Amino acid sequence: MNGGEHPCPEKGRIRLLLVDDEEGYVNVLANRLAKRRFDVTKAYSGRDALKAVRGQDFDVAILDLKMEDMDGIEVLKIFNQMGLDMEVIMLTGHGSQEAAREGLRIGAFDYLTKPCELHELIKKIHEACDKRSKGR
Amino acid sequence: MNKDKHKKYYQSLTRNMILTAIIVSFTPMLLVICILLQQFRVSYHEKTYAHLSELVQKHKQNIDSFLNEKLANIRFLAVNNSLETLNDNEFLQEKLSTLRRDYGNVFVDLGIVDEKGVQLAYAGPYGLENAEYSDADWFKKARRIDSFISDVFLGLRGYPHFIVAVKKNEAGRDFLVRATIDFMAFNSLVQNLRVGKTGYAFILNREGAFQTNPAMEYQPSHRGYEFFWTAVEKTKNKILITRWQDDVGMENLYAVGSLKDGQWLLIVKQLTADAFSDLKRMFNIAVIIFLIGGLGIVVMAFYTSRRMVRRIRRADQDKENMNEQIIETGKMASIGELAAGIAHEINNPVAIMVEEAGWIGDLLEEEEFAQGENLEEFNRALKQINTQGKRCKEITHKLLSFARKTDATLKDVQLNDIVTEIVSLSAQMAKYNKVSIETQLQKTLPYITISPSEMQQVLLNLINNALDAMEKTGGTIQVSTKISEVEAEHIVIIVEDDGPGIPEANLLRIFDPFFTTKPVGKGTGLGLSICYGIINKMGGKIDVHSTIGKGTRFRIWIPIQK
Repeated sequence: MNGGEHPCPEKGRIRLLLVDDEEGYVNVLANRLAKRRFDVTKAYSGRDALKAVRGQDFDVAILDLKMEDMDGIEVLKIFNQMGLDMEVIMLTGHGSQEAAREGLRIGAFDYLTKPCELHELIKKIHEACDKRSKGR
Repeated sequence: MNKDKHKKYYQSLTRNMILTAIIVSFTPMLLVICILLQQFRVSYHEKTYAHLSELVQKHKQNIDSFLNEKLANIRFLAVNNSLETLNDNEFLQEKLSTLRRDYGNVFVDLGIVDEKGVQLAYAGPYGLENAEYSDADWFKKARRIDSFISDVFLGLRGYPHFIVAVKKNEAGRDFLVRATIDFMAFNSLVQNLRVGKTGYAFILNREGAFQTNPAMEYQPSHRGYEFFWTAVEKTKNKILITRWQDDVGMENLYAVGSLKDGQWLLIVKQLTADAFSDLKRMFNIAVIIFLIGGLGIVVMAFYTSRRMVRRIRRADQDKENMNEQIIETGKMASIGELAAGIAHEINNPVAIMVEEAGWIGDLLEEEEFAQGENLEEFNRALKQINTQGKRCKEITHKLLSFARKTDATLKDVQLNDIVTEIVSLSAQMAKYNKVSIETQLQKTLPYITISPSEMQQVLLNLINNALDAMEKTGGTIQVSTKISEVEAEHIVIIVEDDGPGIPEANLLRIFDPFFTTKPVGKGTGLGLSICYGIINKMGGKIDVHSTIGKGTRFRIWIPIQK
């Protein structure tokens, strides 16, 4: 389960944006992903995430659908409006598949139920990356 | 307390219904019977009175004409013959024979009496020539008028008789031609008059003395007969009908007519009870009909009221149960929301803990720790944290899936697909419990319009219950679908296990909310009650059969819509 086995077609490191209002979760996940050679940027709210995408390009965003300030779906919509070249993997709580489906409908790559296994998340990230490079 | 109140309510309801039924049925029946009886009584009285009156009238005329005839016979004798001719025993004897030949033995004797009361000539069986009548009551009265009929008296012979006398005047001297009338002949005119069982006739004179032998043994005093005299005089020769209580206290019906120019009374007396015995019988029949009908009404009122109240009671009970169920459902929904909230809250910290453990694991892989003497122990602990985290996750998932509002949108579905899906979902769990799930699905089932997620919930519940029941023993669960042979236009789903079975006492309560046999905290007791509610909502039915040691079988019928 090493990120390094799946090099991103574009660059050496995949640029990730991690969006979740649960700081502890974002921090530990960022640490673990960074150790697996991902370039991780943390955002603790929808607003932070929007700020981040304005300043920098990302390959993949991991977006929690349930946040205090903004709904994940709203953030996703704004991403779409900004016309970002970025795949979005959603994290949902159990039983909110409805929102996840809505997300898929408006252009997210896929979703995972939280809490998820790290190796599954990494697998999804690589799949998203593959898709992105093919789309080009 | 509440139960007592309910009981009282139903008791008073029963009482009111019974009373209403009885009053409503009795009143018309009573009215009809009373009116008919009264009408019958009136017309029967009229008939009886008319009959009696006619009878008395007829006999009155008979007797009057009998007496007048006898008087006419004697008058004829007196007018057509001179005193000289009459004053001869042989002539009289001859005339007596003629009269007896013509009229039977009515005439007993004939005689000629002079103004001093001495009998000059006599024909008859008693040899009364020269008999002295000057002191006789009848003689005194007869002397004063042209013709005379005496009351009945014993006379010189001590034998009841009466006298018919006609006054004749010849050569300035008065004579009386007299005849004795046989009492028996006269008596028979009256004695043969009988009415009903107790009715008989008699004749009274002014003094209230019997002029005939009454048919009945008893000799009443004549108290009150004066009343008849005055009453009859008022009616002016008509027949008087009246009721009078006699000396023995029996009420009698009297029909009274006057005779002999108002000197005698012909009276027919009959016991009222006898006269109106038909009426009495009619009344008895009416009473019997009333009693039998009344008894029928009362029994029916009791029976139907009881039955109706029982039905009302059952309906009330059902309503109450339904209300309870609605309350329970509401309670359950709020518990569900609470659980969902908690599950969400717990999810995040657990996720962080697991990830942090993972992070420690990542760090341990670095070389500086690779030689650590407790490395293995660290790894074991981290693995344990990971495992327990996963367990937490499972628990929250379960809570959430229970609390999740089921999607009630209706879709056209093939039931077999849902069954297959649920069975494959449960297969893992089943394997863990050493249970095998078999399916037997009829391929040609029609599509039905139901909420698939609700149906899934029902099947999952039933299969999970079966799995829980066979946790220790293992076994087989058989799920089958087919077109029902019992219920027309229904699909039946059968979930059958060969587990330990359910005790009969629990079977009755199995669909009740919060009924559970699992230890506290292990089961909510809601699963089957939710199933029951869902199936009911679909218009279907669910039932359960179980034999201890053999297994349990749930059957669900779902209607096929056209």
